[in-house]
Amino acid sequence: MTAEQEFDFIRDSLDHCVKCTICETACPVAAVTPLFPGPKYVGPQAERFRGAGQSVDASLDYCSSCGICTLACPQGVHVAEINSRARAVMKQQHGMPLRDQLIARPPLQGKLGTPVAPVANFVLSNRLARLVAEKTLGIHRNAPVPKFAGRTFRSWARRQPAPASAGTRRVAYFHGCSTNYFEPGLGRKAVAVLAHNGCQVVLPRQGCCGLPLQSNGIFDAARGYVRRLVAGLAPYAKQGYTIVATSTSCGLMLKREAREILGVEDDDLRAVSSQTYDICEFLAGLAEAGELQTDFRPVPLTVTYHAPCQQQGHNIGKPALDLLALVPQLKVIELDRTCCGIAGTYGLKREKYDIAMQVGSGLFGDIRAARPDLAVCDSETCRWQITHGTGRTSVHPVEILHRAYGLG
Amino acid sequence: MTGQPRTAAADVVVLGGGMAGLVAAVRLAEAGLRVVTVAKGHGSLRLSPATIDILGYGPGRVDSPAQALPGFAEAHPGHPYAVVSPAAVAMSVQWLKEHVDTYSYVGDPSANMLLPTAIGVPRPSAVAPETMAGGDVRTAGPMAIAGLGVFKDFHPALAAENLQAATAAYGRPVQARPVLLDLPSAGQPDFGAVGLARRFEDAAFRSQVAAELRAAVHGEETIGMPAVLGMDQARSAWTELQQATGRPVFEIPTAVPPSVPGMRLASALHARLRRAGGRFVLGAEAVGPQLSNGTLTGVRISSAARVAPRMCRWVVLATGGLASGGIEVEVSGAASERALGLPVHGPGPGDAGFLPGYWDDHPMETAGLRVDSRLRPVGPGGEPVYPNVYAAGAVIGGARPWREKSGDGISLSTGYLAADAILEEAG
Repeated sequence: MTAEQEFDFIRDSLDHCVKCTICETACPVAAVTPLFPGPKYVGPQAERFRGAGQSVDASLDYCSSCGICTLACPQGVHVAEINSRARAVMKQQHGMPLRDQLIARPPLQGKLGTPVAPVANFVLSNRLARLVAEKTLGIHRNAPVPKFAGRTFRSWARRQPAPASAGTRRVAYFHGCSTNYFEPGLGRKAVAVLAHNGCQVVLPRQGCCGLPLQSNGIFDAARGYVRRLVAGLAPYAKQGYTIVATSTSCGLMLKREAREILGVEDDDLRAVSSQTYDICEFLAGLAEAGELQTDFRPVPLTVTYHAPCQQQGHNIGKPALDLLALVPQLKVIELDRTCCGIAGTYGLKREKYDIAMQVGSGLFGDIRAARPDLAVCDSETCRWQITHGTGRTSVHPVEILHRAYGLG
Repeated sequence: MTGQPRTAAADVVVLGGGMAGLVAAVRLAEAGLRVVTVAKGHGSLRLSPATIDILGYGPGRVDSPAQALPGFAEAHPGHPYAVVSPAAVAMSVQWLKEHVDTYSYVGDPSANMLLPTAIGVPRPSAVAPETMAGGDVRTAGPMAIAGLGVFKDFHPALAAENLQAATAAYGRPVQARPVLLDLPSAGQPDFGAVGLARRFEDAAFRSQVAAELRAAVHGEETIGMPAVLGMDQARSAWTELQQATGRPVFEIPTAVPPSVPGMRLASALHARLRRAGGRFVLGAEAVGPQLSNGTLTGVRISSAARVAPRMCRWVVLATGGLASGGIEVEVSGAASERALGLPVHGPGPGDAGFLPGYWDDHPMETAGLRVDSRLRPVGPGGEPVYPNVYAAGAVIGGARPWREKSGDGISLSTGYLAADAILEEAG
């Protein structure tokens, strides 16, 4: 299938819409604000009126791109993908705020912030500075932003000997921007857990997958980012390496969104897509085959587990639950909420912050009521939002496994 | 969590997240089996009125499904009810009542209630949420059918007029008159059913509605309202409205999707499934059997980037019928089964699947799987295609649920029995 045919395939799926409204009932944004009329209205219905590059409805901008509409649709309509593409056209016509250009480029933030991390972190946590940023840029003063780690994951990894592993599984670790600049500890733990399970882990050269650009409608730049990333990963995929991602939304970019939303279609992407696994999907696959190391020590904690919207977009259920169930004395409370509200960069924006917090309020309430020691969640921006909304520490599932394995 | 550690593959893969699939999945998970339910999207359960219609017309109106079922089964040898005994139907109903804990289901297969619909004509339902049962026109007194001005999907005059006409034709006329409540719209021109149901979770809104109702309703009237009285807290919203008005209140399922009672029932079953440690995979599709020397060892599942097998010992196929995509009409005109490619009993290539008249008995309507006495899909010779695949719900052919008002009973009882058959084998 060529890129053009795939594009048509996405748009043409709107003919399968029977107006059953299931997507409307599942949409977390339409549930809390009348500013967004719902995925069916702005998606399969409005799309019929969008001629060549015409935008008909600015309310589309209030879609958070969580993708739950596509997930819920029983008829196979690619509602979220249709909406993402229409928004890119709309923002081209209506102009792109400088803010969206900035927040959509984690590598730029990382390169600027990392060398001056203490100063950058001070500024980001300074109320006055945040007020200025809200007035000038439109980034909400209270929105959860991460702290620069100061030392990147890659600079740590360069100084490490290759992790000792007796196994023969070959894994190329796709750590993403967030692990590199903000959460290098997660990367160290992921590598240790993989090595503990007999994986020879390599770190291919890699940059941003382009997801924040895509979700802000900046498609040309997003395509450039994802093509560069894929070019770096493809040689590994073609040699039979499994590409394992700890950033669930960035992994989904490689699996599906680059093709379905950005229209990128080539041999390299195909090779990378078919070899890409979310880390919990990969480890649960080992467990299913009876090949996961199960030398877990008791972890006597109570944790909640929230599967973020973009993790659900992998269509793999919740493999983290199957992994966490193996840890002795760990009490896991499965939460039943679809979205924390942040949706990548959506909840950072001045005009959308309150909506994002309302979307997340159900989840925050459930977590507070459960009084967990830790709130477990696969996605970085969701962890920051959960901590912002509940005051609880939020960790990736792999961090629990790392602790249960006693790896440090 | 009550689920067992999953160091191995699933015991059962359930395909489909509607009534039949969820009932089977909950039963199996509660029995301690490792269950993975795979659904392409949210099932049509969320669009259904969530009454349990067992047999409403056969073809004349049925007063007692329990009494009518044996004769109906004899007259319809290819029908799912020819496989499912009335006793099994009754057991499955009892099971459902015990497994929906957000509110009660009332009634049983011995008698059909006649519950007002949004277009008035009463619907024969054996079992229904407690919030609906008060509308039963077999016993009801005069009614006020209350519409909400902000809700355009429910027309009280249409419902009231047709209800009077229909009950007069039944020989027991029920007085029904429309009233329209004027409610604050909170800056929105109108609300959908779900938006309104969410507002009913707010106590201040409920007391406004109650005040409007007190002013509009006469002392002896029962109040009928569209089924939007809250989502998960429907019981307390309904109870509170009755207390505040001093009158019995009943809900009428709305005719335009979505269906709030359907969402409540789906949500209650999902909560049970989670509690039992069952897993649910949304947005994935079964694309074929995983075979090893002719034995089915799993199901091939399409996810975001690849097709991969989910290994299991048993499969419950509950993907729905023609309306839900479990059965498909090929370009050739033939009916086919999508998930596992099982043989379909129905129109073949070149056959006329549809007749010219809208109300004709279209051959395609009854297209679906034929099953043996243990609900295993069979081939033309009557032998099970796979010994470890069980069918449940509308994917089984031979019924005309929208005419018979039998769909809920078929899905509930076959979902229940498919789980039974697997539990027997699992020992």
